[in-house]
Amino acid sequence: MLKRSLLVLLCLVLTIALTGCGKAKTTTEPTAGESKEAYKIGAVVDISGPAASLGEPERNTLQMLVADLNAKGGIDGHPVDLIILDNKSNETEAVLAAKRLIDQDKVLAVIGCSQSSTSLAIVDTVTKSGVPTISMAASAKIVTAEDGKQQPWVFKTAQSDIVVANKIAKYLVGQGIKDVAFLSMNNAFGDSGLKNFEEAAAANGINILLKEKFEATDNDMTAQVTKVKASKAKATVVWAIPPSASILTKNFRSLGINMPLIHTHGIGNQTFIDIAGADANGVIAPMGKLVVAEQLADTDTQKQILLSYISNYQEKYGNRPSTFGGHGHDAFELAVKAIEQAGPDRAKIRDALEGITDFPGISGVFNLSVEDHNGLGEDSMVMIEIRDGKWHYLAD
Amino acid sequence: MLGTESQYMQYLFSGLTLGSIYALIALALVVTFNITGIFNLAIGEFVTIGALAAISLREVGCPNALAYTLAVIIAGLVGVLMERGTINPARKASVLTLIIITIGVSIALRGAALLIWGTHPYTLPAFVDAAPLSFLGAVLIPQSLFVLGLAVVAVALLFTFFDFTFAGKAVRAAMMNRTAARLVGINPARLSLFAFAFSGIIAALAGIFITPITTATYDMGFMLGLKGFVAAILGGVTNATGAIIGGVLLGVIEAFAAGTLPSGLKDAVAMVVMIVVLLTRPTGILGQR
Repeated sequence: MLKRSLLVLLCLVLTIALTGCGKAKTTTEPTAGESKEAYKIGAVVDISGPAASLGEPERNTLQMLVADLNAKGGIDGHPVDLIILDNKSNETEAVLAAKRLIDQDKVLAVIGCSQSSTSLAIVDTVTKSGVPTISMAASAKIVTAEDGKQQPWVFKTAQSDIVVANKIAKYLVGQGIKDVAFLSMNNAFGDSGLKNFEEAAAANGINILLKEKFEATDNDMTAQVTKVKASKAKATVVWAIPPSASILTKNFRSLGINMPLIHTHGIGNQTFIDIAGADANGVIAPMGKLVVAEQLADTDTQKQILLSYISNYQEKYGNRPSTFGGHGHDAFELAVKAIEQAGPDRAKIRDALEGITDFPGISGVFNLSVEDHNGLGEDSMVMIEIRDGKWHYLAD
Repeated sequence: MLGTESQYMQYLFSGLTLGSIYALIALALVVTFNITGIFNLAIGEFVTIGALAAISLREVGCPNALAYTLAVIIAGLVGVLMERGTINPARKASVLTLIIITIGVSIALRGAALLIWGTHPYTLPAFVDAAPLSFLGAVLIPQSLFVLGLAVVAVALLFTFFDFTFAGKAVRAAMMNRTAARLVGINPARLSLFAFAFSGIIAALAGIFITPITTATYDMGFMLGLKGFVAAILGGVTNATGAIIGGVLLGVIEAFAAGTLPSGLKDAVAMVVMIVVLLTRPTGILGQR
């Protein structure tokens, strides 16, 4: 008897554990008494799983912005119903979530996903259904089809890898460094970084002496870093996100390597510094302006919008938003602006997105066009250095 | 610049550190396997619980030593609860059922860890704040010495226990032949409980010692558990010494593979070595039967 009841209990626990991993659905209900029909926007975000440090601030930002928008009366009096789904940092889940948003919820536009891998996974689905989609991830491949043209239905708000790669290459040239080692995560983000950095390096006369990879779940990159130490490289470029980016930084410092350690925008959240601790000091990276907003010149076109985003977010969630939250901010604002112009028609929203220019966001000033579905240039990034656990703006 | 010997030395240090952790996990798996006849695939979650509990206890103000001790006890209790709650009630079920139960427990524990600690990575400070040691041009971080020390001490204590205490001899008897041990009056239920408590304790220690180097997340245990499992198979699942050799070997092979081959192949190389060993010596390096 006891045995059976315990088995039943176990089954229950398992069921709860399994369903607990199910979709976390957050819907912002439109305010009651609205006469006009709600506009539905969907979002597929990497809220849990390895990319959670990207997805969480994005979800927070989206929830904050939609609440603000509805409080101000929505889009032309239409409240906005934002449906946020969690893809658990998993490609298959991302596709399922996108399908659900398109087929069941009939959303006007999709925002997502947080990572390059999950974003790439939903490109086919949204393209087949003809739904304008704004990714928050970095890889240029998300908006570029095999033939080099822009994906007709897909846009993105994070700076493309090629922008980041060029920024790093120019910085290296400025420092007089010609020989570098390149370490990257063994996934879509790292591979795209490698490809773009190879192009940028070739264009700027930089030699990549060493290319090494590591897994997102690796606990120790000492072996890869040892190869760097043994090489003739004068600087190391790392294309990764935390925790692996932080672990690598610790390994790098513990081997006592004396060369500049350059990361990417992938480390643009406090988690990186929290885990790497003092070892993070001295790390150099190209970054969106958000992390150093207060240090920017007053003439900067983005400064006002950056400061107001930071103070609103801080007021609501008690901590400073990360650049990833900024990507979510821009995706939402672009979608809203396009719907404002086009009304509830997917194809017209797509066309409206392509026409948005001089639009100041968190990640930069967007100039979208038929040829460029990202619309951000190198001026959208600045070089920063981590000093005493703080982001420090390196003026050009 | 770094010479070839120094490079190899560095791979060896790095491999020995992670290898020690794999060895401890493999040891817990082998002891459990020999006593109960099943693989506890929730072992990785014990590592997670040990590490994350220690981090939380430190955050609420426990001194380090107390936090670590309590975390180890908590993980041991989780092992006890798991055995009493899921394994013991189903002890008459087939081995396969029991192993599937351990998979279920691991999913449940991982889900619980996700609810309690969220997805953020955490870290612990190194046990001593000392500069890395330099040896033949390679660098050894002090925390690695603690990890190696833990492995040596744990193994020494375990063998002392097996060889010089009555309870230890009972465990060894059960490991050699369960039926015969039962015939001479050794209680298998109590030994099974011991195996799970022991697994919890040793895994939690491994988690706490490795976290200053690798950071801790709610899903850190999965890969560590898997690697420990491979190490146990590699060394021969019937042999505690084999588990230790298997663990250290796996760590060193991984480090050298990452260091001398394109590093993306690292995990593949470890698996290929396991397959080759199993094809040539199906019982593992030191396994019998």
